Amino acid sequence: MTPDSSVVRFEEVSLHFGATPALDGVSFEMGAGETRILFGAAGSGKTTLLKVAMGLIQPDSGRVFLFGQDITRLSERQMFDLRARVGILFQEGGLFDSLTVEENVAYPLLHQRALQEPLAHTNGATRTVADRVQESLNFVELGQTLEKYPSELSGGMRRRVGIARALVSAPALLLYDSPTAGLDPITANHIVALILKEREERNTATIVVTHRYLDGHLIANFRYNPSSGTVDRASRAPGKAGRVTTKFFVMREGRLVFQGSEAELQAATDPYVRKFQRHGSA
Amino acid sequence: MLDFLKPPVEAFQDFFFLSGRAIKNIFRSPHYSDDIFQQMDIIGVGSLPIVMLIGLFSGVVMTMQMARALQQYGAQGQVGQIVSIALVRELGPVLTAVLVAGRNASGIASELGSMKVTEQIDAMRALGTDPIQKLVTPRLIATSFVLPLLTIIADFIGLIGGAVIAIALLHITASQYWTSAWKALEYNDLVQGLLKPFVFAIVIALVGCFYGMRTTGGTQGVGRATTTAVVVASVWIFVLTSMITRVFLYYK
Repeated sequence: MTPDSSVVRFEEVSLHFGATPALDGVSFEMGAGETRILFGAAGSGKTTLLKVAMGLIQPDSGRVFLFGQDITRLSERQMFDLRARVGILFQEGGLFDSLTVEENVAYPLLHQRALQEPLAHTNGATRTVADRVQESLNFVELGQTLEKYPSELSGGMRRRVGIARALVSAPALLLYDSPTAGLDPITANHIVALILKEREERNTATIVVTHRYLDGHLIANFRYNPSSGTVDRASRAPGKAGRVTTKFFVMREGRLVFQGSEAELQAATDPYVRKFQRHGSA
Repeated sequence: MLDFLKPPVEAFQDFFFLSGRAIKNIFRSPHYSDDIFQQMDIIGVGSLPIVMLIGLFSGVVMTMQMARALQQYGAQGQVGQIVSIALVRELGPVLTAVLVAGRNASGIASELGSMKVTEQIDAMRALGTDPIQKLVTPRLIATSFVLPLLTIIADFIGLIGGAVIAIALLHITASQYWTSAWKALEYNDLVQGLLKPFVFAIVIALVGCFYGMRTTGGTQGVGRATTTAVVVASVWIFVLTSMITRVFLYYK
């Protein structure tokens, strides 16, 4: 893959916070429509990797390419147009607590310069900001909460609003930082179903940071069935499901210690990597 | 060996970077005028009652104390002069600034600090807004606009408080008080009295934003940032008032 066709590409990226390495020689690349599941213990650099990928943190050394463009030397202002093509769900949702749900979801449409132009004339039909916000909230099944403030919502609902905000700009790359952390299993599976639904409809390149093996397993092997609205096991046959290309990463103390498929992850012998394998029936 | 100096020097450098960017943003679009007006309301209108109250009592106390000292020289009639010079040059600007620092440097630091620890600042950057443009610059503009105004009000109310005491307790006529108060003031005093709040405003807004933006460590971190912001802003207010006073005395 040439750097130009990749969505994200890290070349020997290192970053230190004081003396502790947050990223240590991280290299990988992913193309359009691909999914990466990123496992790792707390503090292993998963969140940092996502933030570096969208230029929120500059690495100390190495190069980061986003949509084929080297972002390591870009100024904050130059970054804004690139970031408009990336959707991110922060660990705690990162919702603005002084704004309503509607204002939160509309925020990227109203503030990202790159999104204001195409908004005016999409396919000739005028889709207002309000329409797109409603559409995005309907997608996460929270179409009725427009006027509410984030503090009035439950943890799972806040996470879903965060997803709606990440999706509203129809990004080419989606970053989910621990989308299921701290949620009960039912809500967590609901969030994973939303991630699958998004991938099914738009086939966006996606990085999911998680420490739950089940999340990765579901994303790697299941797909959303639009007709029944349920999550089904993807068939191995080629076709739409055949496009699902999911790879697993495992991070430890800032280093990517494992990259590979689910089968390779299951076969790994490293004791740290083994902690993220399936134990018993998932 | 000099490692212990590294954190404060780095913090100082970061502070200047933040200040530089905040000031540069004043001249760059987009301008968030809604945020500027909202901050003016919070900082200016919100601080008005307490600033007026403190202004009034500082005038009252000054008049009572100075009258006693002046009595020894039989110059009680000149009390207006002392009150007006002390208020306009020093007490008005410093007391108002310390109040606003306590009220708003803390408010700014805790607001931005909470946003920082809940990833709202990162979210803002991820969603296409420069947090310095959206959060710091409006607070800087709003504070530097309203603090001089608040100071003028505090000075005036203080002089009124002084007048009430002078007339009611010291039996000085109103015209005698106001004439001596007015005549004592020179152009130099007014410039000094307005330059100080303007400088303090910049310090209050930037220190509050700086400690807010570098908050780490959850809720406890927000508390720490708030306290540090108030302490640092207050110390700088006193240091700067001494320096500005010295400069004005030198060039007088």
